[in-house]
Amino acid sequence: MENEFFKNRLNITRRHFFGKAAAGIGGLALGSLLIPKIWKGDGTDVSSSPLGLAQYAPKAKRIIYLCQNGAPSQYETFDYKPLLTKMMGQDLPESIRGGQRLTGMTASQTKFPLMGSYYNFRQHGQSGAYISDLLPNIAKIADDICIVRTMNTDAINHDPALTFLQTGAQVGNRPSMGAWMSYGLGSENKNLPAFCVLLSRGRGNGQGVYSKLWTNGFLDSTHQGVVFSSSEDPILYLNDAEGIDKQDRRRMLDHLAELNQLGFDESGDPEIQAKVQQYEMAYRMQTAVPELTDLSKEPDHIIKMYGPDCLVPGTYAANALLARKLSESGVRFVQLYHQGWDSHGNLPNEMGMQAQDVDRASAALITDLKQRGLLDETLVIWGGEFGRTNYCQGNFTPDNYGRDHHPRAYSIFMAGGGTKPGTVYGETDEFGYNVAKDPVNIHDFHATVLHLMGINHEQLTYKHLGRRYRLTDVSGNVIPGLLA
Amino acid sequence: MRLIAIRNILILSAFSILAYTSWRCTSSRADDTSIPDVVDYNYHIRPILSDRCFKCHGPDANKREANLRLDTPEGAYAAFKDNAKAHAIVPGNPDASELMARITAKDTSQRMPPMKSNLTLSPHEIELLEKWIEQGAKYKPHWAFIAPKSPEIPEADASWVRNPIDHFTYAKMKEKGLSPSDEADKERLLKRVCFDLTGLPPSLEMQDRFLKDSSPKAYEKIVDELLANKHYGEKMATYWLDVARYADSHGYQDDGLRTMWPWRDWVIHAFNSNYSYSKFLTWQLAGDLIPHATKEMVLATGFNRNHKITQEGGVIDEEYRVEYVNDRTSTFGKAFLALTFECSKCHDHKYDPISQKDYYSTYAFFNQVPEKGLFGTIDASFADPPNIKITSQEVSSILKFINKRDTAAVEVMVMKDSSNWRPTFVLNRGNYDAHGEPVGVGIPKSILPFSPQKYGKNRLGLAKWLVDDQNPLTARVFVNRVWFQFFGRGIVKTLGDFGMQGELPTHPELLDWLAVDFKSHHWNIKRLVKQIVTSATYRQSSSITSSHIKVDPDNVYLSHAPRLRIPAENVRDHVLASADILNPEIGGPSIKPYQPKGIWEVASSGRGSLMTYIQDHRQDLYRRGMYVFIKRTVPPPSMLIFDASNRDQCEVQRGRTNTPLQALVMMNDPHVSESSRVLAENMAKLKLPVDEVLSQVFRKIVCRKPQAKELAILKKYMEAEQLEFQQKPAKIKQLMKVGEYQKNQALSNPFTAALMQTIQMIYNMEETLMRV
Repeated sequence: MENEFFKNRLNITRRHFFGKAAAGIGGLALGSLLIPKIWKGDGTDVSSSPLGLAQYAPKAKRIIYLCQNGAPSQYETFDYKPLLTKMMGQDLPESIRGGQRLTGMTASQTKFPLMGSYYNFRQHGQSGAYISDLLPNIAKIADDICIVRTMNTDAINHDPALTFLQTGAQVGNRPSMGAWMSYGLGSENKNLPAFCVLLSRGRGNGQGVYSKLWTNGFLDSTHQGVVFSSSEDPILYLNDAEGIDKQDRRRMLDHLAELNQLGFDESGDPEIQAKVQQYEMAYRMQTAVPELTDLSKEPDHIIKMYGPDCLVPGTYAANALLARKLSESGVRFVQLYHQGWDSHGNLPNEMGMQAQDVDRASAALITDLKQRGLLDETLVIWGGEFGRTNYCQGNFTPDNYGRDHHPRAYSIFMAGGGTKPGTVYGETDEFGYNVAKDPVNIHDFHATVLHLMGINHEQLTYKHLGRRYRLTDVSGNVIPGLLA
Repeated sequence: MRLIAIRNILILSAFSILAYTSWRCTSSRADDTSIPDVVDYNYHIRPILSDRCFKCHGPDANKREANLRLDTPEGAYAAFKDNAKAHAIVPGNPDASELMARITAKDTSQRMPPMKSNLTLSPHEIELLEKWIEQGAKYKPHWAFIAPKSPEIPEADASWVRNPIDHFTYAKMKEKGLSPSDEADKERLLKRVCFDLTGLPPSLEMQDRFLKDSSPKAYEKIVDELLANKHYGEKMATYWLDVARYADSHGYQDDGLRTMWPWRDWVIHAFNSNYSYSKFLTWQLAGDLIPHATKEMVLATGFNRNHKITQEGGVIDEEYRVEYVNDRTSTFGKAFLALTFECSKCHDHKYDPISQKDYYSTYAFFNQVPEKGLFGTIDASFADPPNIKITSQEVSSILKFINKRDTAAVEVMVMKDSSNWRPTFVLNRGNYDAHGEPVGVGIPKSILPFSPQKYGKNRLGLAKWLVDDQNPLTARVFVNRVWFQFFGRGIVKTLGDFGMQGELPTHPELLDWLAVDFKSHHWNIKRLVKQIVTSATYRQSSSITSSHIKVDPDNVYLSHAPRLRIPAENVRDHVLASADILNPEIGGPSIKPYQPKGIWEVASSGRGSLMTYIQDHRQDLYRRGMYVFIKRTVPPPSMLIFDASNRDQCEVQRGRTNTPLQALVMMNDPHVSESSRVLAENMAKLKLPVDEVLSQVFRKIVCRKPQAKELAILKKYMEAEQLEFQQKPAKIKQLMKVGEYQKNQALSNPFTAALMQTIQMIYNMEETLMRV
């Protein structure tokens, strides 16, 4: 059934808008949000939209991506390397480094002293996954998550690495994952955007976020991520000005529709009716969104689970809870960014503060989804844009050290949405520096995520300036070991 | 009853748009499904072969499957390596052509294109290929690579045509069974031409003057007036700023301030002074290399330094320096030639005859700048070297067009070539540190061979090559884009791709005629623009009939004028100008108007002068949209919502969407509410009858007189609002406090508040933001 629905999604949408249009008021809002180019008739590749996509029954319907921006160290979280503690202070053997290029920050270092984790590791759950004491709450749900220790990327600096992670290319104005999902699968909720972005900043070293991370690229701008802010306007320009209430707005819209109808009668341009529907959708959003972003009505046990910070707008915890609500309401892709993981120095302390912000709420989100029966259809992704070096940058003391950027192997985890729970996938070498077994590069990661959403990554394409583009560019393999 | 009937037709027509679109997407771009008597390689066959076959059987030597190439006759006719008796194509004999066997194979493991490519050929396409082979499988050079020749001007209805453009469009309309629409009414025509030429609405005075002027030259007089208006340069510049990826910040993560705005002022100046396109492009590409270059010529080269620059500590210098050269190279390809050069950065082009070696030969021109990948971290520089300093003295003497507001000198990034020629290598897989074979300077030879002896071995030579009369692309690409600005659609729809994968011109003869005419009139831009806007084609009504939607739903054949939403910048301009609060100042540092709180701050790394948004005040709040500060990592939201470019890369064509977020901006952006308030206050002061007040504001905003029905709706709304405010007077103050523009307390009354609401409703009318 699910598959059937998926296959026919575009048909449903067309019928929907056609049927409604025949009744006088178009479902054009949804129609044009979904496949705007059809409405304009400008020759976009319809064969590459949902109709031609369905390959597998989707496991996941929605994604919540908890992006840990700045790159949390794998050595203090999920990749346990006792050898580093044993060899503390000794130089990283050149045979292991193998000519890896260095960032400008450590390029002038003559020594690369190995550094063990400040935080202890323990095994957790049935799976026996090693997780450090930095993340006690995530450790408790070890059997719900799928840890990948062998992620690797091409970039060694934040901007290109984040851009690569989010868009499949280091440079360039390519659509981000959420935009691809919006384009490929559309929205499940006609009062909310298909792709929402939530931003927060921790106390560690921050690296900024940029709108190109949630850009629509060459796709229609309806697929752009809509940033929800923690200010009184959760979506920009959402609230009516002071002195205008709901009835006032309704009155205005009714008169406006009368005027626009006259315009339509005269010019015959169907875009006018689409415009009327966009105003109606805006009006519905004005009610739907504040109801959704109001976290104060959440029951106590939920507040307890996410932690008291979840009542402070703009915190990671508040965003995690909001992410659950958005996702539950049918938002296809909720993207969080939490800044502050770029620990070039003072790492134990900085990671400690970051974890305080993130650990409890991340685990709560997954538990919350599970309790609601939504985890099976919601893919949660937790991780950064690259890893950190196994050797020290700057100060070298057991409780104050730093780590530079490292692209060859790092850890992330996923949960729900058809991923294999209680799994630890991939192995790094004893130094944690190189992948020893089962690498997962960024393209593989994207291919796998698309697969979980029921999409063949080679077939979700968009033709732009003569070329059919994909999220996975020209490579990528689905990793079966990550699938339930 | 009549209305209902028309509506039903339109609903049906809406469905036919869908049907038409989906058909088009799965078939070739040929015009219809009939099979022509003579199948033409360029128009019928190449689009199919390029789109479905060239990726594996095309110019890219490294990825060529089965050693077969179908983009050249030699390749297609040759005997197979492993079977000397078989040939992909045997001219005149489809049955002996392996290609036919493979594209019609029942066995999916044999069929081409292969299943896994997700590409298919329609029966119509297969039939075309068969007939083409039957007729001898004649290949032809790509149309865009053959220099245009002036075609014969076709016959047309003499009572309709106004200039040669119309002969070409008329002929196409006739061919498709269409006929031109009547001329637009004067009010709509005036709004159209004002927005198209200046991005601003016509004032009431201008509307009255034009309506009264019954002379046959009335329209032409207006056109001349607008072309001479200083806002013309702003309008034309806005499009070019997208092409040139102009912005006010450096662009990568910390995203510090840069001061390229004097270059932007130059672009406006160049359009207003009507610099020829040849001069315009030569100065931007190579002004620094012109003998005895003036400071203005050097300033113009800022074009090639508008790319993003990193300030991220720890990056590898050479990696980013190479990235900047790549950006210049692909911008050059897209901006001037409409070719996707960047596709050849890592491998030979999959579709166009641009080899990887070609790419790096062109790259070599731009690889001579004495620059660094990382000059310094955040705020180290607002203009990384090479740069020039512009002083107040120069501004008052030789660079008068720069709107420098203080006495400090301003630094602008410009181009310069190192005294030592930096050798260029092919970079394997595009990697900055993987040097392959060395290359000299050059250009893909299939366009027009580049001779260093003839043109010179530097960027100035490149500019000379571009404006060589034999260059097949430069003029076509530019006239096509100008055409796009007035018709919302290029003659070649893919403004950025004139290669094999680009769309074919809908009016090839018109495109060539315009290109040749443009060149032979010294690349005169204003002349070209005037030619377009005075054509009968441009002056048609935009009303859409059911036969339009049935025969030509995309209006490819221009049997009516397009209805187009005005660009993001002009949305803002329109609101401010119609409320008479626009500050018409030209140029200068970009400004920071009202913006929702916190959006810079939450995205910031916490470093640098652009960490927090410091809003401007007074007159700077009312500058035109093109001067709104563009911080690349957080572009101005109300602009992006209306499809403005984020200026990340060269962009030749913006989207044109219709979304609920746009509705929210028009309902709740303080700029719109403030403009509504000020206009309401100013009108209320005049103490005119309500009908007269409403009629005037409607004319200012919609740019035509309201019909009786419209006026009745406005009055009904106004009365309802007035009643509301009488009952709840506290709302008046809340509503009317919006904006920093001086308030008139005496007018804080139900009438003015209701008028303000009515005005804001008019701003939200669909027609308001359309040039119809």
